[in-house]
Amino acid sequence: MSYLEYHSKTTPTGLRKILYLNWPLALLLAAAAGVGFLMLYSVAGGSFSPWVEPQVKRFLLGMGVMIFVAMVPIWFWRNISVVAYLMALLLLVAVEFFGTIGMGAQRWIDLGPVRLQPSELMKITLVMILAAYYDWLPGKRTSRPLFVALPVLIIIVPTFLVLKQPDLGTSILLLAAGGGIMFLAGVHWAYFAAVISAAVGLVSAVFKSRGTDWQLLKDYQYRRIDTFLDPSQDPLGAGYHITQSKIALGSGGWSGRGFMQGTQSRLNFLPEKHTDFIFTTLAEEFGFVGGMTLLSIYVLIIVFCVATAVSTKDRFSSLVTLGIALNFFLFFAVNMSMVMGLAPVVGVPLPMVSYGGSAMLVLLAAFGIVQSANVHRPR
Amino acid sequence: MKRSPKDLDGSHRLLTRRTLLLGGMQLGFVGALGMRMRFLQVDQADQFRLLAEENRINIRLIAPSRGEIFDRNGLIIAQNSPSYRIVLVPEDAGDVEQVIANLSRLITIDDEDLERARAEMRRSPPFLPITLADQISWKDISKVAVNAPALPGITPEVGLTRVYPLQDDFAHVVGYVGPVSDYDLSRIEDPEPILRIPRFQIGKVGFEAKREASLRGKAGAKRVEVNAMGRVMRELDRREGESGADTQLTLDAELQNYVQARLGRESAAAVIMDVENGDLRAICSSPSFDPNLFVRGISVADYRALTEDPFRPLANKTVQGTYPPGSTFKMVTALAGLENGLISPEETTWCPGHLEVSGRRFHCWKRAGHGHVNLLDSLKGSCDVYYYDLAIKVGIDRISEMANKLGLGVRHDLPMSAVAAGLAPNRDWKSRVHGQEWLVGDTVNASIGQGFMLASPLQLALMTARIASGRSVTPRLVKSIDGVEEASGEGAPLEISDIHLRNVRKAMFAVSNDRRGTGYRSRIIAEGMRMAGKTGTSQVRNITAAERAAGVIRNQDLPWERRDHALFVCFAPFDKPKYAVSVVVEHGGGGSTAAAPIARDLMLQALYGGTPPLEAYPASDRQKIEAQQERLERERLKRRESSGSDQA
Repeated sequence: MSYLEYHSKTTPTGLRKILYLNWPLALLLAAAAGVGFLMLYSVAGGSFSPWVEPQVKRFLLGMGVMIFVAMVPIWFWRNISVVAYLMALLLLVAVEFFGTIGMGAQRWIDLGPVRLQPSELMKITLVMILAAYYDWLPGKRTSRPLFVALPVLIIIVPTFLVLKQPDLGTSILLLAAGGGIMFLAGVHWAYFAAVISAAVGLVSAVFKSRGTDWQLLKDYQYRRIDTFLDPSQDPLGAGYHITQSKIALGSGGWSGRGFMQGTQSRLNFLPEKHTDFIFTTLAEEFGFVGGMTLLSIYVLIIVFCVATAVSTKDRFSSLVTLGIALNFFLFFAVNMSMVMGLAPVVGVPLPMVSYGGSAMLVLLAAFGIVQSANVHRPR
Repeated sequence: MKRSPKDLDGSHRLLTRRTLLLGGMQLGFVGALGMRMRFLQVDQADQFRLLAEENRINIRLIAPSRGEIFDRNGLIIAQNSPSYRIVLVPEDAGDVEQVIANLSRLITIDDEDLERARAEMRRSPPFLPITLADQISWKDISKVAVNAPALPGITPEVGLTRVYPLQDDFAHVVGYVGPVSDYDLSRIEDPEPILRIPRFQIGKVGFEAKREASLRGKAGAKRVEVNAMGRVMRELDRREGESGADTQLTLDAELQNYVQARLGRESAAAVIMDVENGDLRAICSSPSFDPNLFVRGISVADYRALTEDPFRPLANKTVQGTYPPGSTFKMVTALAGLENGLISPEETTWCPGHLEVSGRRFHCWKRAGHGHVNLLDSLKGSCDVYYYDLAIKVGIDRISEMANKLGLGVRHDLPMSAVAAGLAPNRDWKSRVHGQEWLVGDTVNASIGQGFMLASPLQLALMTARIASGRSVTPRLVKSIDGVEEASGEGAPLEISDIHLRNVRKAMFAVSNDRRGTGYRSRIIAEGMRMAGKTGTSQVRNITAAERAAGVIRNQDLPWERRDHALFVCFAPFDKPKYAVSVVVEHGGGGSTAAAPIARDLMLQALYGGTPPLEAYPASDRQKIEAQQERLERERLKRRESSGSDQA
């Protein structure tokens, strides 16, 4: 039982719920998607096919899903979170055995008309189960070792499965989002300090050992790490993408080269220009102004989520909203760092903008839960 | 688990605090992203814009058209003609092998070319055109064009190639061009990018090679936009190149053609020079070859035929070949004697048929001897003993000096391949090169143009021109470049006394016009066209004492390569010299019999600017000359027809 159920009488009911949706948030999501449509239209050379049309359909479907999820009381989502998490985990195990090979990694389960990416599903269910867990756990127990170990296990198992696919980007996102929720829930900062310093110590030990008698990794593994961290060492291989991406970004200048005038994307110098690298097309064609506009939309989305989270007294609502917002933040932060050459290239799409199968659907469903938290907030 | 409101409040406060902390961190990261974007897009925008342009813009060179070469009357010697080739774009062809099969039913494609094309196809992206066949006839091109629907991806393309319409006539002068080879590239330091244009032609030999810089022109360029695969998306702009400089030679194509025909299959060389300004009117080496063979890529069999021919068709005998000048050198020895005041024209020397010099006997060509000879007699009858005696008095160094003054032993800068300097030896030279002392016997040999003495036909003509004009004329091959007249080769007056020159000229006149002159049989009788000349017969073997005792073997009984070289130099008209001619017939026998008749024909052809009237010849020769003129006319007509049909 949580705070919310005591006050459920004050929440809106029936179709009136629609009025209590966080409409500014929905509009911001639509705006981000709109930017996506525009860029997909551009990289297709001024055509609605092959990307804009399915993307629009997926967006409309996603908006429908979001509203549907928003209509369902938030405590329902809390109550099914354990089941949802276990199902997502089961699917992750299933792709290990029945998964289809796509993009060099086992990621999808083919369910007839829908191709399901369980790792996407896991992003939400992980947030849900952690939020539910800390909703259930009394505050004073939060930092007890046993009650810290349990959520760590909840996070580590799917992270490991996703890493095995192999999908480094998503597993980093899972780890970061999970850790973030634990931090928000109030786990003592000493745990984080310990983990971070241990990680830093390990990494520096690995690098320090290089070339000494007690070298921890093989030489080729170091070389692989080198190119991963600094792709410019391999300008024709791994470095090519990031170099071309930086050229596209930089050549955009203040106001960009104009809609559909980006030479880097139009002449195919950009890799994955409709998916992971779509931001570079935006920055090339609309420049600094265009890039900052999208960044502002993203920041506003997070601000609205945080505002929702802080204004509710229900712990699950707060945590699930913040967790989804954090996930969203990690999405675009990692993607943008990657295309700007600040981070190694890992396959993380730009949320709402990249052309992508289940990513947008799942994301909108997740925002459905945020909306549900907003709608079912006692007033 | 039941939770107290106090607990709830506490954890809510903690949550809010941590939210703000995390939110702050996120905001900080977004700020960092914004800064990075600013750095890339504002601070470094220019640099990245440049890189983007470099990415998408490719510079493609446009080959300039090569400068054309004309004769003095504007007749074309080397021109650029359209050449057709068949190009395949594999991407547009679909089934490449099927298309090639269809094509080979229409025209014959070389298997070798096909193999090369297939190899190229495997290497290059499918949108790049690949040449299947080059230098295709117009007929084949039409066949391909008509059947275009059955040949997807095949396009006939037109380019420019070098053509020498006069074929053999200018092979040695102008040389030829060919596609740039790896060897060429390795030889040139820092080769111009233009040389990397596929099938770009550069001068390989002769004038084409020597004046490559002015003939080549400047490459144009076009800027094209390419995508990441290298496919050309569109042309952005183009700058046309500058075509090479058109060059007009001093040569007369009609005369050149006649000379080549007159030399026929003889292994010979002839030079006709304007004595007033050094303009070369004709400069022919025989036998010749068709330079167009080399442009297309000569077959192994054809090339072997050329290199194995004992008459050496590839050698340019006019400037590259050097021969002992023989008796044609006697003017030099005579002038050296006169200039140094050691003889007067009237002074005589006794010729018993030989001269004893430091225990060795030097023979005159006439065994019985010439008796008392003065300067005029000595040249007229080509007495050797007179010059042996004179040379011993003058000494080799002064002879060598005179030779240099008259253009022998000096390299003349002509834009032709392998121009030889010849050799007018002196004491210094022998001790330097052979490390031996100069002997009197060497001087005796040199006096009649034997021994170490070597001269090219060009040098012999030049020597004659200088004697005839009294000026230090220099040979000139290029009349004008792009309409700008080149400096004349008129030269300064020779520092030789006019009286001495006149005496030598008079003696040369006697050679051709005195009944007892060695060139009398090849005289010109037309008034105002009278010719002055000098015969020469240079030995290429030693005549042993035993052979001399048994009687010298006659030339026609010797194998070809051991026979004497026949030489003749002359100028005409005697009263007002216009042309100097030199003729060398390799192993032709006697100068008076093998070289002089040719020289006379060439001189008359030059003087009359066409076929001369029979009246110019002595009556006894007219019948023979008439037949010869008809024969040559026929041959030249036939040649012209064959070259005409080749062009079509």
